[in-house]
Amino acid sequence: MNRDAEAYGGRPDDERPDGERPWAEDTGGPDRGNGRRPVRGARSHRPHGGRLPSAAGSAEPSRTPGTREEGPPAVPATHAELKAMLGAWALAVCTPAETAAVDAHLAGCRRCADEARSLRDAVPLLQRPESLDLDPLLRTRVLDACLDRRPPRVPVPEWATPYDAETARLDALLQDIDEAEWHAPVRLRWIEEDEERHHRATVAKVIAHLLAVDGLVAVALGLADPLSALPGPAPAGGSGTPTSRTRAYWAALNRPPTREVRDPWRAQSHDLVRTASFTGGTAGGLPVTYGPCEIPLRDAMLERAFACWVHGGDIADAVNYPYRPPAPRHLHALLDLAARRLPHALAARRRAGRAAQPSPGARHLVSAGRPGRSLMLEVEGRGGGEWLIPLDSPAALPSENHVVAHVVLDDEEFAQVVAGHIRPRDAAAGQSGDRAAVEDVLHAAASLSRL
Amino acid sequence: MAVATDGPVRAERRMRQRLERGEAAALGELYDRYASLVHGLANRVLDDERAADAVTREVFARVWENPSAYDPGQGPVRTWLSELTRDLAVRRLHARGAAELLRDGADPADPAAREELQEKVREAAVAARADYIVTSMPASLRAALNLAYHHRRDYRGAAADLGVTEVEIRRRMRLGLQLLATAHAVTTPEPLPDAGSTPGGAA
Repeated sequence: MNRDAEAYGGRPDDERPDGERPWAEDTGGPDRGNGRRPVRGARSHRPHGGRLPSAAGSAEPSRTPGTREEGPPAVPATHAELKAMLGAWALAVCTPAETAAVDAHLAGCRRCADEARSLRDAVPLLQRPESLDLDPLLRTRVLDACLDRRPPRVPVPEWATPYDAETARLDALLQDIDEAEWHAPVRLRWIEEDEERHHRATVAKVIAHLLAVDGLVAVALGLADPLSALPGPAPAGGSGTPTSRTRAYWAALNRPPTREVRDPWRAQSHDLVRTASFTGGTAGGLPVTYGPCEIPLRDAMLERAFACWVHGGDIADAVNYPYRPPAPRHLHALLDLAARRLPHALAARRRAGRAAQPSPGARHLVSAGRPGRSLMLEVEGRGGGEWLIPLDSPAALPSENHVVAHVVLDDEEFAQVVAGHIRPRDAAAGQSGDRAAVEDVLHAAASLSRL
Repeated sequence: MAVATDGPVRAERRMRQRLERGEAAALGELYDRYASLVHGLANRVLDDERAADAVTREVFARVWENPSAYDPGQGPVRTWLSELTRDLAVRRLHARGAAELLRDGADPADPAAREELQEKVREAAVAARADYIVTSMPASLRAALNLAYHHRRDYRGAAADLGVTEVEIRRRMRLGLQLLATAHAVTTPEPLPDAGSTPGGAA
């Protein structure tokens, strides 16, 4: 029997009347085409990257060792048995004896022959084109185009859009990874007290971490605390620092988290965006309790967007996936938050005695609201901008007339410093002026990182 | 083909309500759920990523501009969006083909050329319909077809993999292909009368 796939790659010989050529000869069995499993272009390292070459369309009984040794299975004989076999026949996954029995039956049974033809013609439709990764930035473009055509009555607040976009991007990555990759090791890195810290997690544990910390915002918006859904003694709703909540969440899981953590994380992130939209523009100032401190909702949502991007990158690295920075205006909003937090981070360094001592007489106490020594932070790139950082007190006014130092970094580089992924001394930063001030600011930026 | 239960129908009614109320967050959720389906189908028809982006934009814009066009009583959102996507993508493919005929100096009114184009459009529509059928058929049927076609398991091996009897696996393979075969019955939208004469519309 002719099994040459080429012979069946094209259109079936529909024109031939059945009587002229019996099906057994005509079809020679089903068409396997040259079907391929879709392979994502960016991920050529994956197993089963392509379909094994095969003896086109043969039944290959040897593929299930064991079954054949137990003696040949009964070959179907009745019309009903043969009809039930048609799907397997069309897919070319029967034994040669079964295939021959079906072929012989089709020659004499018009009804089965019609069905066989229809099923066989359906098989090539299983072939999928190489699937494309959806461009993650398409989401923002599509949504913007929609909102231009019909302005929303309940918009997503500007400060929530980076979180909306970053959670969608991370979810798209999670959608594409397979079961085993959820347990791929992810090395989390951050800087604490000027020391590098790290923690070995898994993809699923990272998502559990995001879920637990996002829960602080959920509680502030009146949503359920994900920690209260865990077995065991529930911590007081919405309490704890991001780190203590994460550790509590991990500890409360009876077994290592799996991909099942994706749905609650995604549901909560959608709920956060929806609820933030309904509370309207005025809710941006709503306080969110982050352990010992409170920050306004608008900043908390930016901080969560930043964490989502950074950990998305950690996960992408772990599973060998490309992951790009956020859209420029979102990246700018995230870096702006970091720049605004710098004066407080500098104050904390001073309190901890880690700040460089300014040269005698350089630092002067400034009263709140008065201009003080400042550093010009210039971030290049599409997400960049310029920020004047008051050096002596968070309450001081930054002033162009009192700039004592100037730092220039690329937007992604600055983000990586803030994420604790690049040590301040390794940052590729152009600098001039007071070196101690520059060092303080870069260390303060790195101190914004945490687990 | 999808068995609608109360839960999903309620969820889809609620989604429509939220879209009607003009809630931008609902549009984002709709995109998150269906963008890869929409984009994949559009790309299947058009084989052009940029064009698929444009169809995706158009599909979501139409839904957002007129969410009431979706009738939950008529079936799931997935089906509705798939049909809308296929329709827009096929029209675009047709317009592109007609524009190419013009550009190549062929007579777009030539019956042979028209028929060839019509056939190409039809094949693309069938392929897109088939993709949709595969993604929305019961997972048990999809798994059986997948093992046979993509992993080249014979039916006994597939039965063992899925922990079902040989009778059952044969039933699933046959039923799965029967569902898939219905893709050939897809109707392609009639090209707009002026589609061939406005090459700009294909861009």
